[in-house]
This record gives sequence, C-alpha cells and structure tokens, in this order.
Amino acid sequence: MAAVCNGKLEDSFMVPEIKFTKLFINGDFVDSVSGETYETIDPRSGEPTARIAEGDKEDVDLAVKAAREAFDNGPWPRFPGAGRRRLMMRFADLIDENVEEIAALEALDAGKLFHWLKAVDIPVVAETLRYYAGAADKIHGETLKMTRELQGYTLREPIGVVGIIIPWNYPSNLLFLKVGPALAAGCTVVIKPAEQTPLTALYFAHLAKKAGIPDGVFNVVPGYGHTAGAAISSHMEIDKVTFTGSTEVGRLVMEAAARSNLKPVSLELGGKNPFIVFDDADVGTAANLVLQGSLFNKGEVCVASSRIFVQEGIYEEFSNQLVEKAKTWIVGDPFDPRSNQGPQVDKKQYDKILSYIEIGKAEGATLLTGGKPCGDRGYYIEPTVFSNVEDDMRIAKEEIFGPVISLMKFKTVEEAIRRANATEYGLAAGILTNDLNIANTVSRSIRAGVIWINCYRAFDIDCPYGGYKMSGFGRDFGMQALDQYLQVKSVVTPLYSSPWL
Amino acid sequence: MAAKRVSSLLLSRSFTSSLASRLTGGKSACQARAISRYSTAAALEEPIKPPVNVEYTKLLINGQFVDAASGKTFPTLDPRTGEVIAHVAEGDAEDVNRAVAAARKAFDEGPWPRLTAYDRQRILLRFADLVEKHNDEIAALETWDNGKPYEQAAKIEVPMFVRLMRYYAGWADKIHGMTVPADGPYHVQTLHEPIGVAGQIIPWNFPLLMYAWKVGPALACGNTVVLKTAEQTPLSALYVTKLLHEAGLPSGVLNVVSGFGPTAGAALCSHMDVDKLAFTGSTETGKIILELSARSNLKPVTLELGGKSPFIVCEDADVDNAVELAHFALFFNQGQCCCAGSRTYVHERVYDEFVEKATARALKRSVGDPFRQEIEQGPQVDSEQFEKILRYIRAGVDSGATLETGGDRLGEKGYYIKPTVFSNVQDDMPIAKEEIFGPVQSILKFKDLDEVIRRANSSRYGLAAGVFTQNLDTANTLMRALRAGTVWINCFDTFDAAIPFGGYKMSGQGREKGEYSLKNYLQVKAVVTPLKNPAWL
Repeated sequence: MAAVCNGKLEDSFMVPEIKFTKLFINGDFVDSVSGETYETIDPRSGEPTARIAEGDKEDVDLAVKAAREAFDNGPWPRFPGAGRRRLMMRFADLIDENVEEIAALEALDAGKLFHWLKAVDIPVVAETLRYYAGAADKIHGETLKMTRELQGYTLREPIGVVGIIIPWNYPSNLLFLKVGPALAAGCTVVIKPAEQTPLTALYFAHLAKKAGIPDGVFNVVPGYGHTAGAAISSHMEIDKVTFTGSTEVGRLVMEAAARSNLKPVSLELGGKNPFIVFDDADVGTAANLVLQGSLFNKGEVCVASSRIFVQEGIYEEFSNQLVEKAKTWIVGDPFDPRSNQGPQVDKKQYDKILSYIEIGKAEGATLLTGGKPCGDRGYYIEPTVFSNVEDDMRIAKEEIFGPVISLMKFKTVEEAIRRANATEYGLAAGILTNDLNIANTVSRSIRAGVIWINCYRAFDIDCPYGGYKMSGFGRDFGMQALDQYLQVKSVVTPLYSSPWL
Repeated sequence: MAAKRVSSLLLSRSFTSSLASRLTGGKSACQARAISRYSTAAALEEPIKPPVNVEYTKLLINGQFVDAASGKTFPTLDPRTGEVIAHVAEGDAEDVNRAVAAARKAFDEGPWPRLTAYDRQRILLRFADLVEKHNDEIAALETWDNGKPYEQAAKIEVPMFVRLMRYYAGWADKIHGMTVPADGPYHVQTLHEPIGVAGQIIPWNFPLLMYAWKVGPALACGNTVVLKTAEQTPLSALYVTKLLHEAGLPSGVLNVVSGFGPTAGAALCSHMDVDKLAFTGSTETGKIILELSARSNLKPVTLELGGKSPFIVCEDADVDNAVELAHFALFFNQGQCCCAGSRTYVHERVYDEFVEKATARALKRSVGDPFRQEIEQGPQVDSEQFEKILRYIRAGVDSGATLETGGDRLGEKGYYIKPTVFSNVQDDMPIAKEEIFGPVQSILKFKDLDEVIRRANSSRYGLAAGVFTQNLDTANTLMRALRAGTVWINCFDTFDAAIPFGGYKMSGQGREKGEYSLKNYLQVKAVVTPLKNPAWL
C-alpha cells in the first residue's frame, strides 16, 4: 500500500494572533461569571492555542437578557428592512476585508484548509450575509380570501430571541447560515459555537460591533453543550432554537425545548448519504466526485457521501480508479497549499474514526487503502476505502464523520433506491448518470433533503438545505430559511358594503 | 373605420390541449388498427348521424337566449360534408353592446363579485358536475361542429374541461395579496381585486377547452364575461353556458355572443366598457386586437397566438418512439394546434431512418368520419383552412421539399386532407416558416446541438418546443436554450390544469392555466396606512 501521509505535517506555517477569547455579551467582551476558561486545541499538534472564557448557565442568562432587551425595546426589529440590510452589508464588507485573518483562525481551530477557507468558505460567509441582507426588505405576508365579510391578512413577524448552536466542522459557514436569516427577519441572537472552534465566532462578534449592529443583537457564548448549550435549549426567554450537529444531541435539544417553553426547534443533523453511481457514468468523473464528496473537509461533513453504491458493470473499474486517486490525495498541514486534507478536529473524533475503521475490518469489509493514522503527531488519518461493504455493517449504517469511504455493489435501479432509502437518515444524496429517466426516477424516490445529480456538495445560498427523517427538520439557506425566524400573525377586521369578496 | 379595415383579419382559431397522449399518443395510436388507411377514401362513406340535437342557437345575453338585434343568422357547417348543421344568431356591435351592458351591471351591481369566494366556487363545481353528466352530448356537438374525432372530444377534451373548471373553482378562495414591508412606519397590503368585465375571444380548434382556459379563471376571480366564440364552432359554448346558468350563475355574469371577428370581435375589442381582453388565435389577428385595445380604452390584453414549434429529435433517440411522438406532435387534432410540432428537426445520424418511418406512420394514419371509432383524423374545420393547407402543400413542392406521402385532399366531399410528410425541408421555405395549421409534417436535418438551437430559435414565434433525448445534459441544455413558453421533453401536448401555457416573442403575451392565469383577471391595489410606534418593521 502506498504511503498516503504524503503532505507536510509540521506546523511551520503562520499562526495568527488570537485577539478575542472572551464571551461577547451586549456589545462587550467579558469574562465568564465563574471566571472559568478552557483550552482550545490546535489539531495539527494537540497543543493548546488559547484559553477561552467558558460560558455556562449564568452567562447564557446574561446573553439572553441582553438579546431580550435588544429585541423587546431596542432598535433592531424596529428598523425598516432596508436599515437592517445596510448594517448587514457593512458587516459583510468587514468580513471581506479581514478574510485572511478569519481564514487563518478557522484553519488553526478546526484543522481546515487555509487556502480553501480564504478563497471560498469565508467569502461565501460574506455572500450569505449579503443574500439575507437583500431579503430583509422582502418579507411578505398575505392578504387573505375570507369566507365572510372580513378583511384578513397575515403579518410575518420576527420570532424574537434566537438561540443558535453550531458545530465545529464549518464554524463560520454554519454560523451565518443561521445568523443571516435571523438578523434579516429582525431577531436577536445568542450563539453558542462548538467548544472546539470558538475563535471565528468571537472574531465575527468584534466585526458585528464595528459594523454598527446594535448591542445585544449579536451575542456569543463559547462553552460546552451540556452546560451552555443545555442552558440555551431550556431557556424560558429564548423564543426559538436552531441547531446543527449530531442526531443524538439534536434529540436532547428538542427534549429540552419541550420541557421548558416549547420553543420551536430547527435541527440539521447527521447523515449517511448515498452516492449512487450508475453503469453509464464516466468512471473517472465518478471517482473524482466520490473522492471529493467523501473526503472533503476530512470527511467531517454532514452531507459527506458515505455510502457509495456502484452498479455492478463498473464496480471493479470504479474501485480501482478510486483507490488510485485516494493514494494521490495529500494529507498534510492545513496551511500548506498542496494539502487536500488536514487533521481531524480533535482527539475524540480521531479516536472514533479509527475505531470505526477497526469495526469495518472486523465486520469483514475489504480495506483497499488507508486505514491508519498519518504521522505520530496531531490527528491526521489516511484516506480510507472499504470495498464489499454490506448494508448491515456498522460502517454502512452509522455516521463516521471521517475520511472513510464505503463501497457497495448494486444491480438494478430499484435495488439502489431501496437500499439508499434503508437508513434512518435523509440528508443528501448523489446520483451519477446521464440517463434522464434514471435521474428523474431516482431523484424523486430518494427520501433526502438535497439531491445532487452529476455533482456533489453543490451548495448554493439560494438552494434550501435540510433533512428528511432523523436528519432533522427545517431548512437553512434560500428564502425558506426565513421561515425559521418568523412568526405568522393573522389580523382580521370586519368589512361593510364591500364591492367584492 | 381603420378598425374595420384591419379587423377583417379577425378570424379566430388555434391551440391544442389536454392529456391527448392518453388516447392518441404513445403506443396506443401506433397499435390502433388502421381501419381506414387514408388512401381508402373514408369520406366517401355516408356520414354517421351525430347522436345529439342542436338545441341552442341564439345569443346568450343576461341569462336569456335572444335573437340578434339585426335578426340575422349565419350557418354553421358540418366539416365532413360542408352542409349546414344549424343557423345561428349572428351577433354584431349592437349585441356586443347589450352583452357588455349586462356584464357591466352584473359586475358593478350584481351579486357575482360580492358572493363569497366559497359560493363562486360552489357554482363552478356544480357546473363541472353538470358538464360531466352531459359529457357525450357535448362531445358530439363539438365533433359535429369542428370535425375532431369523437373519442378525442369525449374521452379527453370534455373531461379536461371538467378538470379545468374544478381546478379554477379551487382557486376562487385562495386568491391572496401580500402584506408588504415598507421603508418607514407604514402598514402596507395589496388587494387582488377582480378586474371587471372581461372580453374573451376563442378559436375553433378547441372550442370547449379554450372556453375553460378563459372563463374558468375569469369567473373564479369574480369577473363578469362577454365571450365571443368562433363563427365555425358556436354550438358547444352555448350548450355548456346553459348548464352554467343551471348551476346557479347569476344573469349577466357570462354572456355568449356568436359571430364574426370583424363585427362582433372588433366591437368587443374596441369597447370602452370592457376592462380586459383575452384572445386566442392567429398572430395577425392578435395584432389587430392589441391595436383596437390601444385605440379604445387601453384595456390590458392577453394573447395566445400562433406558433411554428420545433420538435427536436436528438442523436441518441430511439427512432420508433421519436417517430410516434413527432407524428402525434404534428398531426394531433388534424394539425390544428397552435403548438403543433411543425418543424421536425432530426439529427443526421437518425435522419434517414426517421424519414422512412415517419412516412410509414403517416400512411397508416386512419382518416375518416370523426364519429367512427378508432379514427385518428377527421376533416379540417372549414373550406378556408382546407384550401390554405393545400396551398401550403403546393408551396412545399414548389420550393423543392421532397413530398414523401400525402399532399392532396382525401375523397370528394368535406375537408379531409391526406396526412402529408415533407423531407429535405430547408429553413427558408414557407412550410418551415409559416404556420400551416394542418396535417403537414416538415422534416429538417441537423448536425449538432448549437446549430439546432440557433435554427429552432430563428423564428418569430416562441410558443412551444419538443425535445426528444434520454441524455440529461442535452435535455438541460435545450430546455434553457429554446426561446419558447413550453418545452416538452420526451412528451408533447401534455396539458395539465396547473401547467402554465403561453408564448415568447410573437406567439403572444401572458400565461393561461395554472396560478399564473389568475393574474390576467386581477387588479392589484396597494393600501397604505401609517403606523404609530410599531413593535417591529
């Protein structure tokens, strides 16, 4: 087996200065009430990079109080849409101006590729903010057709204080996926970033202030799920919680919401996403798409293609090509522009992935390449390809969230549909075929929130995104995302002598 | 006076409809036994007596059947024979004035717009039930007047009429305006109000379906209507409108004026008390209608006009299926469809085989008395259309296209034409540029996708297009590149109630069917009031 630890693993690249480590509440950076801090780790080495104020229930209370005041009495929801738009546009400009620094912080914190962050992910954050800035003055209700002499209309009002809990795999993008529509709708927010990756959220807080977003509208409380996260989910003064993360934690968030004030919840959870490659596909293209779909961002992507169904006619050729390509996939320091893959985010994740690889071997799947850690420092793992994976193996059923590809063979379209749908998840799916009928049939048959045909991970700001089944509910992105942050109020008054009804 | 001059072109006609493929498309048509190949002049046989009597021939104004003010009538003819079916009251400007006055009163003072949407819906639903109950008589009337196969009328068109009425009935209580965000402390809402009296002019090729496309949304939105039917096909509209009144429609809400374009049609278009005009028919008449509206009260106009729609058979096509679909796309309803696939572009790789099989398919087409079972093609609607089509066939031959089959009338009596196929058609020939509106298929050869896109789009029309390919990339490229209001991929003439229909370029303006059609019959009123100390904006 060729060595896949082919990238530079030393952290000899630039390390940004970390300026913001405290909680951001009501427009100020403050220590936590308890004075506690925790370490955020550089996943390249496992060494700490900074000490971060550790938010807990009391801090969440303070943040909610500020957000509540900003919503109930502050200017933010009382601005016309155009006013919110202006400040959000300024916020977006500041993100663009500081793209290098933000990208570096995120790479350092999450082990993500610096050059990709700088060229794509962080610019997309600014674009997302601009998209929703443009939506702020396009929030319409309806005038209604009442069955009697009544004038009825609906108002779509901001829902209030929104709790936002986001994961560590896309700390910036997933934050603005939620903050964008929430701010456009006129809500105020309390954000809990993942404990692994608090740095960019705090940096954004600084930019929000600089952009003129009023105090209390944008609050950031780094901390742990079972303390700060739980406090948000069960808070009686938070009107809505939106969460991206694991299905397991999603359940806890919803339960906490149910036991407290029945706040509505949006959940974007795990996936075990099928990528179905049909016989007519170009094998080289298919292998590239699968490689990207599965290994991108170290496989730490909820839409990662983690069940690759390949039709029997091209199965052998496909797996050969995939393995060849996987061997050229460069694992290395995320600041090195040649790297395709950095380290996994933390020790826990790293250990979990390696244990799944062992499970795959023990279950009888054929390991074609990879399967081991890369180097002896940090959390690097070789791109790993398993063949002959059976549907009932754990590596085919559970979310691994790492650079592990599982190949399965299928015969017919019907079989592929049945097996692809035999999962508790329903987040995304890929289809590779140029046959119009197969594409139409399969895209309608798969129970998933996003279907990519002859492409994968083709996200777009205007394209709604979210899960079927236990992958969650509610949609991020697109105008649909606004629904999460708006209440509908019906207003009715009597009519007298109307010339029409 | 100028109005009179231009309006001499006011002939209506056009359009296709319905899930026609259920009956005629796909394999069923192919398998239908050719009980009468067209060479065995079916028209020579004695015509079957239609199983229906003509009961309504007068104008329907303000809920009453009345004679024309002039007392004049005109004959409506049986296209199988050219003989008179009935004499129909001939509406003119004075009758249109009476009808508009009734509609005006019904709108300004009557109950119709003031009924709850629920009640309007109920009346439209009862109407649909009644039409369903009388399906066969109505279909017979349609076939008798128009010449279309009875099975097509009875199994597709009348059921589709019912479907459309129920569809629009369901819209009546779902017509929403918006509440609108303002830049300052104002509460803003929009009301979608009925536009008023709608003038509607429909063609003879699908008399009932065009009625449904127009009357359905107009009534659902609370408007009142003056409908002018085509002089070739006045009978079915009178019959169903009688049923609509039985269903509970208040007097004056829908008035039907039979008559001619230059007289009744022009009067409706130039009327100062008509608030809206909708027309389906030829592009030349559409121009006149727009002009008359401009010269009178600037009433907004919806136009569904002509087409020269490309049907593109790509390199990867299964030729047998492509031939069948292309055949259906052109020959359906005697070729009398605005969206007929009348430029059949075939990729050079499959061209020869396609021409051969398309010719064989046309030869097998069963032409004859539309009341006979399993007949695919009846007569053209009238002698004018019949002569025009034959002139185009001669032009095709004269310009050097290869006549593969057909090319002549069928039989001695009535307006039957042999299914005709031309190959080697060039883009600049009249049969490739102008709308023939008859059973004449023009096959053109192409090499690559960019070329066929360019050629398909180099038309002043833009109504519809057909694409035949299994290749996803090709389908995606063509669906976006073609400048047409409808693109059918691996199907054709698929008409659901909810699928919007209308033209790019000189094929018209506006969209009918679907939610889009409601816009044609609604005004938007913005209502603004200040807000004092609002909790949010």
